[in-house]
Amino acid sequence: MTEAILAGLGGLLSGIQYLFSQGLPNVVMLFIAAVLLYLGIKKGVEPLLLVPIGFGCLLVNMPLSDVMDQGGVLRIFYEMGILNELFPLLIFVGIGAMTDFGPLLENPKILLLGAAGQFGIFLTLILALALGFPKLEAVSIGIIGACDGPTAIYVTSQYAPKLLGAVSVAAYSYMSLVPIIQPPIMRLLTTKKERVINMGVVKKTVSKRTLLLFPIVVTAVTGLIAPKGLPLMGMIMLGNFMKESGVVARLTHASENEIPNIVTLFLGLAIGGTMEGHAFLKAQTLAIFGLGFTAICLDTAAGVLFGKLMCIMTRGKINPLIGAAGISAYPMAARVAQIQGQKYKKNNYLLMHAMGANTGGQIGSVMAAAVMLSVLKGMGLI
Amino acid sequence: MDNLTFGITMTIVGMGGTLVTLWLLSLIMLILKKIFPIETAEQRPEEAGRKESKND
Repeated sequence: MTEAILAGLGGLLSGIQYLFSQGLPNVVMLFIAAVLLYLGIKKGVEPLLLVPIGFGCLLVNMPLSDVMDQGGVLRIFYEMGILNELFPLLIFVGIGAMTDFGPLLENPKILLLGAAGQFGIFLTLILALALGFPKLEAVSIGIIGACDGPTAIYVTSQYAPKLLGAVSVAAYSYMSLVPIIQPPIMRLLTTKKERVINMGVVKKTVSKRTLLLFPIVVTAVTGLIAPKGLPLMGMIMLGNFMKESGVVARLTHASENEIPNIVTLFLGLAIGGTMEGHAFLKAQTLAIFGLGFTAICLDTAAGVLFGKLMCIMTRGKINPLIGAAGISAYPMAARVAQIQGQKYKKNNYLLMHAMGANTGGQIGSVMAAAVMLSVLKGMGLI
Repeated sequence: MDNLTFGITMTIVGMGGTLVTLWLLSLIMLILKKIFPIETAEQRPEEAGRKESKND
């Protein structure tokens, strides 16, 4: 009888026992979970993602937690939506439904800024390789430079699942830090004369039919060139096509609200579940954060420099500041370009032009990932 | 394939592929705009609305 009581008590105390014997990494991660929750709630840093990620991190790091063991609740979320890449794709339907490609279609050449804004991905890939990361892991780290959470999750979950927690947190954290990271680089690479260039008012020159055909054409062309990225581009364009068709208002509404809301909760919890202390606390996690930061700085620099080139080629009609919006952080990067432009000329309204570059960045980031996957397949690495 | 060759290949083919595809898309966008130009009713809905009400 006494033995049974002691055994029972032992069961109750085993968590505390574990904490003192081998639980230091978990304690550190519980602190990190608290920081993520603080950033999400108090500082408003991507709260929709950081709150579930922080809570998932908390759940998985409680001593003797079995939430990520076979049959555990976070493991179920992980297997049902991340392992098979379903969650990022569903989020893409929502992104497509929420995006207006009108400003981009008004001035199609701005799409090239969306390509330049992906340069950081490739340079970071080389840096990651130089630091000794294996090829597929280096690709996943480079993708942080897409400034696109779902794309980063899509690629990493497939080719470097053990880096998923670090890559996702880095991608979403840096996306929310765009207003802090970008302005110094934009100021450094532009002259005052360039910053005050007025691009004029965006006129409505795109027909309803063009807006409707655009998603189908993009899906067809990019699917032909980079079939490995078809699920990514296909889903974003499906969401946009539903919105532009105007005949499936209920589906569009669900794609903009219920579906991404539910998926974001499950996705965040599952990503938090991958942040178990013993697996997460490694030097390579710090390296991933450093490389992710480098990627976003390089993207911004490449975008602004390409903007300068376009400024020269168009004889001063393009304000290079909008080049910084050629990344996928939508619409934050466009707002940063607008704020920076107005700092130097009060009546300079760059927002709609920057929105065009920003939607170009969304297409560019997905395209860069799609091209990378297709090249990897061509090389026989996947 | 060594890491350096891999990295450079990915950068040239990957970045080049992205740039060329987006350039192609921008051309297609221009063509779409030419084939399906905006109609007056879409451009100035309020004017079109006024015309309709006059006809009534």
